[in-house]
Amino acid sequence: MQLQVTNSPFNESQVELLNRLLPSLTESQQIWLSGYIAALGWSAAVATVGTELQALASPTVAGSVEVLSAAGQLSKEVTVLFGSQTGNCQRLATSLSRKLEEQGFQVTLASMNGFKPNGLKKLENLLLLVSTHGEGEPPDNARTFHEFLYSKRAPQLENLRFSVLSLGDTSYEFFCQTGKDFDQRLSELGAERLSPRVDCDLDYDEPVAEWFASVINALNGRLNAPAIAAEVVQAAEASESQETEYSRNNPFRAEVLENLNLNGRGSDRETRHLELSLEGSNLQFEPGDSLGVYPENHPELVKAIIEAMGWNPAESVPFNKKGEEGSLLDALSYHYEITVLTKPLLEQAVQLSSSNALTELLAPGKQSELKEYIQGRDLLDLIQDFSPWQVPARIFVTILRKLPARLYSIASSYRANPDEVHFTVRAVRYEAHGRERYGVCSVHCAERVPSGSTLPIYIQQNPNFKLPTNPDVPIIMIGPGTGVAPFRSFLEEREELGAEGKTWLFYGDRHFVTDFLYQTDWQRMLKDGVLSKLDVAFSRDTDEKVYVQHRILEKSRELYEWLQQGAHVYICGDEKHMAHDVHTALITVIQQEGGLSPDEATAYLETMQQELRYQRDVY
Amino acid sequence: MANNEVVKPIGGPPSDVEHIKLDSNYLRGALVETLSNPITGGLPEDDNRLLKFHGSYMQDDRDLRNERERQKLEPAFQFMLRVVAPGGVATPSQWLVMDDLAHKYGNGTLRLTTRQAFQMHGVLKWNLKKTIQSINDTLMTTLAACGDVNRNVMSNPNPYQSEVHAEVYEWARRLSDHLSPRTPAYHEIWLDGEKVVDSLADGAEVEPIYGPVYLPRKFKIGLAVPPSNDVDVFSQDLGLIAILEEGKLVGFNVSVGGGMGMTHGDTSTYPQLGRIIGFCRSDQIIDLAEKTVTIQRDYGNRSVRKNARFKYTIDRHGLEWFVSELHERLGWQLEAARDYHFDHNGDRYGWVKGSNGRWNLTLYVQSGRIHDLGDYKLMTGLREIAKIHTGDFRLTPNQNLIIANVTSTKKRRVVELAQQYGLTDGAQFSALRRSSMSCVALPTCGLAMAEAERYLPALLDKLELIIDEAGLRDKEIVIRMTGCPNGCARPALGEISFIGKAPGKYNMYLGAGFTGDRLNKIYKESIDEQEILDTLGPIIHRYAKERQQDEHFGDFVIRTGYVQAVTSGTNFHA
Repeated sequence: MQLQVTNSPFNESQVELLNRLLPSLTESQQIWLSGYIAALGWSAAVATVGTELQALASPTVAGSVEVLSAAGQLSKEVTVLFGSQTGNCQRLATSLSRKLEEQGFQVTLASMNGFKPNGLKKLENLLLLVSTHGEGEPPDNARTFHEFLYSKRAPQLENLRFSVLSLGDTSYEFFCQTGKDFDQRLSELGAERLSPRVDCDLDYDEPVAEWFASVINALNGRLNAPAIAAEVVQAAEASESQETEYSRNNPFRAEVLENLNLNGRGSDRETRHLELSLEGSNLQFEPGDSLGVYPENHPELVKAIIEAMGWNPAESVPFNKKGEEGSLLDALSYHYEITVLTKPLLEQAVQLSSSNALTELLAPGKQSELKEYIQGRDLLDLIQDFSPWQVPARIFVTILRKLPARLYSIASSYRANPDEVHFTVRAVRYEAHGRERYGVCSVHCAERVPSGSTLPIYIQQNPNFKLPTNPDVPIIMIGPGTGVAPFRSFLEEREELGAEGKTWLFYGDRHFVTDFLYQTDWQRMLKDGVLSKLDVAFSRDTDEKVYVQHRILEKSRELYEWLQQGAHVYICGDEKHMAHDVHTALITVIQQEGGLSPDEATAYLETMQQELRYQRDVY
Repeated sequence: MANNEVVKPIGGPPSDVEHIKLDSNYLRGALVETLSNPITGGLPEDDNRLLKFHGSYMQDDRDLRNERERQKLEPAFQFMLRVVAPGGVATPSQWLVMDDLAHKYGNGTLRLTTRQAFQMHGVLKWNLKKTIQSINDTLMTTLAACGDVNRNVMSNPNPYQSEVHAEVYEWARRLSDHLSPRTPAYHEIWLDGEKVVDSLADGAEVEPIYGPVYLPRKFKIGLAVPPSNDVDVFSQDLGLIAILEEGKLVGFNVSVGGGMGMTHGDTSTYPQLGRIIGFCRSDQIIDLAEKTVTIQRDYGNRSVRKNARFKYTIDRHGLEWFVSELHERLGWQLEAARDYHFDHNGDRYGWVKGSNGRWNLTLYVQSGRIHDLGDYKLMTGLREIAKIHTGDFRLTPNQNLIIANVTSTKKRRVVELAQQYGLTDGAQFSALRRSSMSCVALPTCGLAMAEAERYLPALLDKLELIIDEAGLRDKEIVIRMTGCPNGCARPALGEISFIGKAPGKYNMYLGAGFTGDRLNKIYKESIDEQEILDTLGPIIHRYAKERQQDEHFGDFVIRTGYVQAVTSGTNFHA
């Protein structure tokens, strides 16, 4: 049977995908799929998905869903706002908007900062997509909107219907906090939930698909939402971002052309510079974009886990929920996250353990103990600390999160180095709880991908970290440590374009002799005039520690002049300390040189942010 | 006499360095600015040239050069800092400061140079000023330790004749002071001195001896006290040989026109020995030195730097011309040279009692490197000795060290400390090793073509097997190695010498005089270790069997025809 828009609850693109997928399924795959969808079981919508699928056999039923709608009275105007740091929410918001438009909605799509909050009161339907950073912080382009809603100026919103999609990472304490904030605050202001908030972990395709389906149906006035297959989201995303078929869900295996340590001998750091070939991938990028890299887990850790559990590494286990299977060794090496513990993981693990200690740790009122335990521990600790486990590997792996890709700022310009992408990654190694720990991706890049090998990668666009379109506009780049990476891309790009605008880089690290990343590149660019000014701060070379913010303050007059000339300011690197300190330093500069009050200086910077003249790529 | 056939005529436009000096406003250049440029740990070449006059120059760790280039890092720029110590004398408190600075800003080691100066390696640009300030605070200086000026004045650190030493050392110090540059640039740049406006003063006022372009090339002075020729007096531009009558210093024989450096493959360059032109009283040597320096200032080759040393000036114009020019400038005449006799140019190790009743311990220091190496805690030991020592330290011209003027009561403590830290007079080593010298070379020296300091000990290990086999363990043979032909370890005066040609390849020279009175001659070109051992083995064995009474190795190889005796630098290449 051929599905059509008219004989099913699906839209055109869904129909097309399903029609491609369904005939290819074997009988057992069909059974698995129906069970899988039934088992998703956490959204109210899902309960009926099974029947929806069964209904595929009898197309006449499908139309009946529409009966429940009161479409005539529902507004067809929807506002979609996103708060996005790395571009994920922005991409998803764009994808959602397109779907809504296909269904005849009039969609207003904007970043939260780009939306005038005094227009809120007039809205009827509002969909928010927002990520969370650091200690429950909103992304930069959601900050002022977030503040507005929590201010006294926030209006009552009785006429508003809304829903929130939040992206986050369960390994952080304040998981999806910004999404939760918006959800709670809008409700407090009297708005009504169109459909429940969905909080997504790193592997967000499936919950996003559900939320999409849920809000679309709610907007259509339907009670029951047919799920949109995760693949649909992925396909939609792919078509948004790239012409090519390579994407987050279909990474390109890029050959490593160069992999070298940028830190000189004697440094206590190791920062790798990798150059990858994009030949044949059709992948392209702009300065400011990120590279997604799928790592492999450290072989020693995988081995230790398998040994601790007494499993057979060759045993066949599922790689994912799509039914792909393979050896346990491969599963733990390439498919599952084993270096991070999360509360949800422990909550599932307790079902598989006979350890009372684990049950106790998860008991109510033990939050701080739990938090402390999770901090810096990995799956091997969990296994060793709460034995005995008598659980087959194929069950155990299903509680693990999918091994996520890591994002790195791209350090090269595509124009300057066609068919190549360079990135910069600092190897993370430290000892904790009596054992050497390794950053998954950074140490993989440092130790196990010599030139000639390959890395699965994709391009993650970052629309929030872009060079000014006018090449004459001066730019100020603040990027200590690996934060300097995108500025190599910026400057290479400007050099390639023959841009006339002035450029100023602030760089810092520990030691001048060993830690001056890309030193000879900057020296050449200074000599050639591509880089107009370079100020550096090496914190461990002097008795008193100096950082980039100190250099910014030293150069306050000139820096303010640049700002008055319309310079764009970019910050990349550590969020917790550096970005905060630099932000404060910038406010001081503006205050001091512009003769402004602290509030005025803050407003000056906020205006810059709204004008996209103050952009950050911080982590 | 002068051999005008091998000496290129002077002429042509001044070299780049002459322009740099002239434009530098008495050694200032853009140093203040380029020293504070935070983007590079190095200096532009022009300022590096000027920095030499201030006692330092830029180097980089050559072991890391290629690696760092791939890592997108500039070379590991670092600075060598040389500290002037006339006659090699330093007080215990000065020693402690040098030791501390080496750890704080240097690479944790010190090097005693072949000219009795201190050398510190690995100082970062940002630490130069603090280091130089500390050195000045302890009443030493780096000014004129390098550059086209008079360098550290050498003198025999004589542990025997205490009164003579004191007197000769005093003359070394006064010569050093008198010929020191007068430019205020040094104080301005390093010591935060007031900036002095020079525009009103002409060259003669700022630098009465040197003038605005200083000398065409470096200038070296050494004072020998016979019978020791440890300063290699004939290798000096100006050599002064103390003449003692009835145990009292009466004056000096004057030798001019010596020098070691040459360039591989360029026969217009050659080592040369000084020639004695007469005698003068002690109180005349300041005048003598000043006038000699001004003659070189006025007649030296300022067009081609490798032909700019005083030896070429003398050889070009002839010794007679020089003497008459000198007499004219002095307004008095040298007397006829007096008799003297040299026995050796090496050091005499161990404890010696001086004529003042104080004790002196000459320690063997391999290649002049002060460091801790396993149980051999030379650096720590010397630091501990410096803390209790009431006499002085004397750096010898052979890169060794004398703990001098030890009172009888302190002697025991010094003996204990020396033992505790494994300090040695070298008695356990062969006399060959005790008579060895090498320059720094790799990895810091920018000129080195091959290893020297890091390789000579290993080569000696192998040569000692041959020496032992031949039964010559106690036979002193002067052996020297340099990484390039510029001559820092005075290789043209080694009975056996190696001058680096390429990594692992050396030119081998034989036949210098044991007392430093004859240049050696090339015997094999570009040979590796195996060829060195294969070549030297049979010669050493033959020397053991066929040498005459008291015949030195350098004389033996000439008598037996391995090489011809070199009678003047001008026939060194012949």
